[in-house]
Amino acid sequence: MSDLFSKFDPIIELRETLLESGQTDPFNLVMERVESPTVAICNGKRTILLGTYNYMGMTFDPDVVAAGKQALDDYGSGTTGSRVLNGTYAGHKACEEALKDFYGMDHAMVFSTGYQANLGIISTIAGKDDYIILDIDSHASIYDGCALGNAQIVPFRHNDIEALDKRLKRLPPEAGKLVVLEGVYSMLGDIAPLKEMVAVSKGAGAMVLVDEAHSMGFIGEHGRGVAEAQGVLDDVDFVIGTFSKSVGTVGGFCVSNHPKFEILRLVCRPYVFTASLPPSVVATAATSIRKLMDSADKRAHLWENSKRLHAGLRQLGFTLGTDEPQSAIIAVIMPDLEKGAAMWEALLNEGLYVNLARPPATPAGMTLLRCSLCALHSEEQVGEILGMFAAAGRATGCIS
Amino acid sequence: MSDRSQTLAKVLELIAPLNKKGVDVSEATRFAQDLEWDSLTVLDFVATIEDEFDVIITMNMQAEIETVGQLIDALGKLQA
Repeated sequence: MSDLFSKFDPIIELRETLLESGQTDPFNLVMERVESPTVAICNGKRTILLGTYNYMGMTFDPDVVAAGKQALDDYGSGTTGSRVLNGTYAGHKACEEALKDFYGMDHAMVFSTGYQANLGIISTIAGKDDYIILDIDSHASIYDGCALGNAQIVPFRHNDIEALDKRLKRLPPEAGKLVVLEGVYSMLGDIAPLKEMVAVSKGAGAMVLVDEAHSMGFIGEHGRGVAEAQGVLDDVDFVIGTFSKSVGTVGGFCVSNHPKFEILRLVCRPYVFTASLPPSVVATAATSIRKLMDSADKRAHLWENSKRLHAGLRQLGFTLGTDEPQSAIIAVIMPDLEKGAAMWEALLNEGLYVNLARPPATPAGMTLLRCSLCALHSEEQVGEILGMFAAAGRATGCIS
Repeated sequence: MSDRSQTLAKVLELIAPLNKKGVDVSEATRFAQDLEWDSLTVLDFVATIEDEFDVIITMNMQAEIETVGQLIDALGKLQA
């Protein structure tokens, strides 16, 4: 009998080798207590959080927390049902209303996670003879949406407008086409040239889906994302987003102006065949989304934090994922997994948590220390963070 | 030269710079096992082939192409 687990042997071995060296497991950290959006207790030590995607710091907002508690009292702990059966409460509709107001769009559909939003929308709208044209650095949920459906998949080189244009022109003019892009690519924190890419896609008769998971609440005048910032939101057919970043809870969504959009509620399997979000979660989401509409000052402070961290890390001699700060993600490129893991542990010992990211999640086989800033990081905290990077970088020989 | 041998010659030329192991390449050579290309190298190579022959090789088709010979066959069909 062959062991079905033998296919995992290479990754088991890689992991064992890393941990034998005495390295703390970077993928097994426990947050023992969480004090605020920017501070938690890990291994008994006060730790600044710089890897949470909690961009707008809404997780401890008093109004958000109060809305969740009220919903727990009023509606109970869970819906125990699908959105299309017994799982749509007043709170789910209120959450979709908040999204429609936030984006200024006609339709909104809330999923149980952001992953399921991509899985559901992509696999459902692109059928067997249709084409999905996607950036090769797309998130796993986009690739999995492609794999769940049965459309023809055409990848193009990351952020390459000409590569996209050429491929669109080679496809049959009459075929259905869905171009899938992201506003911010989460590994390096770089943004897409959406203005040009959306124009090229529309010119070829394609529909356009943009995943704005890492830009919602922060980028664009109203926090609607990179498509808003570049003035092309009106030409985007579907915006995908998540509640687990700026919104500060969990869940996913799609907003659209397509006149037939509502039919998706009946035909989209990752929407139908799963339980809906608990009432407390949609209550916190709706409250948070409405507060994010009016958060220009926080957006400005987050940009300041991002610029300062980027400039400071550069000055220390680290290699970064982008030449200038483009989002609230700053990726520090490490020479290899061993050095990356050592640096990650040294930072943790200093009292700083960042994400260690490695292949296959990262492009070009890179190991990254990914930092995501929060609007509630104070100026002093950003100063502390830079001090910790300097100390850990020198201790591990990453910088001189 | 026939169309097929012209295609083969061009494909071999495009494989050469990515043939880091110095493998002796024939139509039977497998991209993953023999050339030991990772997924990123494959993506790069496919993009180059697509531009050279002005075709689209979807990921669905790529899943069926394991050897150099199978790629030549696929290109023949795509250009027909």
